[in-house]
Amino acid sequence: MRIYVPADAAARALGADEVAAAVRAEAQRRGIDITLIRNGTRGMIWLEPLVEVETEAGRTAFGPVGADDVASLFDAGLADHPLALGPVEAIPFFARQTRLTFARCGLIDPLSLTEYQAHGGLSGLRRALAMTPEDIVTEVTESGLRGRGGAGFPTGIKWQTVLNAKAAQKYIVCNADEGDSGTFADRMIIEGDPFTLIEGMVIAGLGVGATRGYVYLRSEYPDAIRVMDAAIAIARDAGLLGPSVLGSDRAFDLELRVGAGAYVCGEETSLLNSLEGKRGEVRAKPPLPALKGLFGLPTVVNNVISLATVPVIFQRGAAFYRDFGLGRSRGTIPIQIAGNVKHGGLFETAFGMSLGELVNDIGGGTASGRPVKAVQVGGPLGAYMPPASFATPFGYEEFDGQGGLIGHAGIVVFDDSADMLRLARFAMEFCAVESCGKCTPCRIGSVRGIETIDRIGRGDADAIELLTDLCATMKDGSLCALGGFTPYPVMSALQHFPDDFAATTKEAVP
Amino acid sequence: MPADQTPSRDDIAAIIADHRGMEGPLLPILHAIQHAFGHVPQAALPLIAEALNISRAEVHGVMSFYHDFREAPAGRRVVKLCRAEACQAVGGAAVAAEVLADLGLNWQETTPDGAVTVEAVYCLGLCACGPAAVIGDRVHGRISAARMRALLAEATP
Repeated sequence: MRIYVPADAAARALGADEVAAAVRAEAQRRGIDITLIRNGTRGMIWLEPLVEVETEAGRTAFGPVGADDVASLFDAGLADHPLALGPVEAIPFFARQTRLTFARCGLIDPLSLTEYQAHGGLSGLRRALAMTPEDIVTEVTESGLRGRGGAGFPTGIKWQTVLNAKAAQKYIVCNADEGDSGTFADRMIIEGDPFTLIEGMVIAGLGVGATRGYVYLRSEYPDAIRVMDAAIAIARDAGLLGPSVLGSDRAFDLELRVGAGAYVCGEETSLLNSLEGKRGEVRAKPPLPALKGLFGLPTVVNNVISLATVPVIFQRGAAFYRDFGLGRSRGTIPIQIAGNVKHGGLFETAFGMSLGELVNDIGGGTASGRPVKAVQVGGPLGAYMPPASFATPFGYEEFDGQGGLIGHAGIVVFDDSADMLRLARFAMEFCAVESCGKCTPCRIGSVRGIETIDRIGRGDADAIELLTDLCATMKDGSLCALGGFTPYPVMSALQHFPDDFAATTKEAVP
Repeated sequence: MPADQTPSRDDIAAIIADHRGMEGPLLPILHAIQHAFGHVPQAALPLIAEALNISRAEVHGVMSFYHDFREAPAGRRVVKLCRAEACQAVGGAAVAAEVLADLGLNWQETTPDGAVTVEAVYCLGLCACGPAAVIGDRVHGRISAARMRALLAEATP
């Protein structure tokens, strides 16, 4: 009998290791022969630890399971039990998704290359190996894939620039420095299906003529580091990486590098400096990393989800992928629903679902049961959107039109107890802590921003104009998104929740 | 968490030698030294500078830029509490305040007996099960101050 207990960090944080140990012990005690698989997560975090049992009718789920529940689960013959949820893929939150990038996440043993291939893995790469670099880049361009890391730049155009650049060495760099609050898609895919990232990077290498790659993974994700490291070793042993990719005459190898706790290294030029062994300071653009990137050589810098989506595009074709979505936002987007929400987790769907449907219908509203006050979309640099904006469809241009951004597609829900002045202050504080220091609007502006918000908090309404002016300076004058986008949470909080900034005496938050 | 040891010149030189052949070896060297000794001792800086043919100031500049690298060993247990927005949305700030008050610490401080260091972290990727914390290398979701007390009592040697 096959039993699945996730080893994803979120499941582990909720006791999955203890559940796995209890399942093993209980099976042994009863003399039941089981195979325990530590899969990734299906992404329904409120049901974690989610235990799945393979039956003749498919995989059936139980959750959230505590170690104390395991004996009674076995008593019930791993069938009829109060924690039974039925077939896992029929759970409404799961059934409503279109899983392309995350199709295998939670389904397979993340480190089994055999299972990976049994579920469609490597078929995209095999197809790419028979294509010319030009055709590979055209395929990505035609899929409409845009960078899933936040900027939304068309991936095919970036690849084309690197393909056209002449150099003895080119690089593929995977930006796995997912530091945005409310986002965990990169962590989930790396922990749950790391080979899809490797496959995507190999295809990128074939497309642009790069033979070396780096995965720059943040140090705050020890589980992801361990899985990625193991996956690279397995891929190399299997000939998926190395001098002869899958027995072809093409070479591609990659290396894992671990960050050192600097949020700004998620910015691509900071990341490149960090990889080179420098302070993670932002570089002015131009030159573009596509032309002068790692060690001054042409480099593709793509986010984890962008690269992990490449295999399915090659497996099923650009047109298949492009047919999902809305406007210029093509394909699917893994939306991370988090914060004060009833059904938090990862929901992959075609672009176009409205924010309100995601929060209230999919997410089930707040976990506290209180009214939703605001939703921060796109990480700590994303705008706070009020329920009045809930009709906004999930798409790059549509969010931009509402003064927001979708960023890495994290949604953080707040109930009516949220104090928007405090959150605006926190955004400035975060910018001050994490600024690389290279440009003045970000380095100094964030510190002045904290002081100015404190003045407003003390009842000085005149400081509101000053804050607005300061935010405009940061937005226009900062070198990168850290300083440039901090005004989004600050100004959106001020604009949509003026009562929280009204002249009352508020204690300044330390 | 590695033990607090005073590394010898040879120990440090051996780690540097292991990583010198990499492209951009500085961060991997700093990580390896910290992994081995729990911190990056001052004595390591001139050795790294010499091996990589960069100035000592440059090594210091890089090391001090990143939050992860320490000049001195941390407490026997390092507790990282998430301060980011998703955890704030579910009461993370109040939990953190209570944990700090319990221990009599501010952020980034260590208890006088060297048992616990508390650090702020801005996102552990556990945003759908916050408030989140890490003790040593174990992640914990939906923490409360009471749960942290219990976990710390278990974890503190």
